[in-house]
Amino acid sequence: MKERTILHSDCNGFYASVECLHNPEIRHKPVAVAGDVDNRHGIILAKNELAKKFNIKTGEAIWQAKNKCSELVVVPPHFKLYQRFSAMAKSIYSQYSDRVENFGLDEAWIDVTGDPLKRSGVEIALEIKERIKYELGITVSIGVSFNKIFAKFGSDYKKPDAVTEITRDNFKDIVWPQPASDLLYVGRSTKKKLSSIGIYTIGDIAKTPIKILRDNLGKWGDLIYSFANGYDSSPVMQIDSYNPVKSIGNSTTTPRDLLNNEDVKAVMFVLCDSVCRRLREQGMLAKTVCINLRDTGLFSFTRQVRLREYTDITKTIQDTVMKLFVKSYDWKKPLRSVGVSLTDLVPNNIPRQIDILGNEKNNLKQEQLDKTVDWLKQRFGAYSVRNGNLLIDKELSSFNPKEEHTIHPVGYF
Amino acid sequence: MKQYVSVTAIFDEDGNLLPINIMWDDGRKFPIDKVTDVRFAASLKAGGAGIRYTCQIGGNERYLFLEDQRWFVDAKQPPKQISLKRLDN
Repeated sequence: MKERTILHSDCNGFYASVECLHNPEIRHKPVAVAGDVDNRHGIILAKNELAKKFNIKTGEAIWQAKNKCSELVVVPPHFKLYQRFSAMAKSIYSQYSDRVENFGLDEAWIDVTGDPLKRSGVEIALEIKERIKYELGITVSIGVSFNKIFAKFGSDYKKPDAVTEITRDNFKDIVWPQPASDLLYVGRSTKKKLSSIGIYTIGDIAKTPIKILRDNLGKWGDLIYSFANGYDSSPVMQIDSYNPVKSIGNSTTTPRDLLNNEDVKAVMFVLCDSVCRRLREQGMLAKTVCINLRDTGLFSFTRQVRLREYTDITKTIQDTVMKLFVKSYDWKKPLRSVGVSLTDLVPNNIPRQIDILGNEKNNLKQEQLDKTVDWLKQRFGAYSVRNGNLLIDKELSSFNPKEEHTIHPVGYF
Repeated sequence: MKQYVSVTAIFDEDGNLLPINIMWDDGRKFPIDKVTDVRFAASLKAGGAGIRYTCQIGGNERYLFLEDQRWFVDAKQPPKQISLKRLDN
């Protein structure tokens, strides 16, 4: 196979860069974008280069960040704006290839193999980097390599505003000495397992017999072994190629701690309503329902249950979620954050087994109800029709995850 | 400070959008004599990014940006040409 040329472009401190572009007066100060403190989403989402110098980390609380840097400017996020900039960047990438695959809002792979103008990967990367700076007013770092994994490694290697090429000749010198956790998909727990068997660098992974990795990590062992050796051959997706949805979920950190089942019910109902509407919009049915819970001690866990039949009925999901919740939580501590997700999805046009116990009539009624309510909400807004129990505590139930949280984390697979 | 302005513009028969004049919020109106360049660009001064029209307005060169659906003028920008002319003089 012909050697591929793949770029990975990463917008440096994306949210913070976009905020700094729009607010010249904060541009020369340490800046962090953080969630809403009043609604207790007060964690750092992104930071600029100056804030990085104070060792401010994504994911930490605002007060922790301020302890490190008292003059830190904290601004709220503007997701619509980030989506606009993401789309502008993508439109630049797409002028160099029809294979552009986004990885979140701020990263993308671009496969520029066989450029018709015979430019090298590095030449194209430099051009893209300058164009983004000129046209969008933010910086990117770009990795150039022969596979997606090393291209991503390259974009992380030197930033901001840089291009790094990882070739077959230099990857052992550049990639291998780096800590194992710099490799995509070596997270905290994999790193821990690896260091327990004496593997610390990416080179260590590459040189370890695959059987040892497999014995310790299962199929992840095979995966990171091939990543570390540069064997990854996964393709860069065509622009707008169909990306099958594997799960649909929403979660929220509530404005106040949840103290009892009634509180949880109010929040879960809103979340279920959102995920079920999204499920129906996608034309899917789901069979597995998961809840995730995080208590005030920030301990979090997930529980899931499989339904007997595939469904998209909001009431069925709501009832299942509450049953599962009551079974799984002992209320030793109040809850801070809850979430619902649906997996095991199939298209809603597959033939379906009719319920032998004769609930079918009821199901049809519920489906009709959902359809009508969806239409009303689409036409008159998410708050136009609501469950009566949501009016008991408006503080808890007044959020609209379907429209407010349009950014969902993505996985590589 | 980024200042959005009202703009009168026309779509030509090819679908190109061309600004004709700018109206300041105090009611002053400035005709655009000529658009010399159109491209995507960021405005570091005013803070934004979009389609940038390089306009001749009353003998001065100004950048007019179309950002999403709104227009703004880059605060007394650049014009490199003007400062060059001054140097020449």
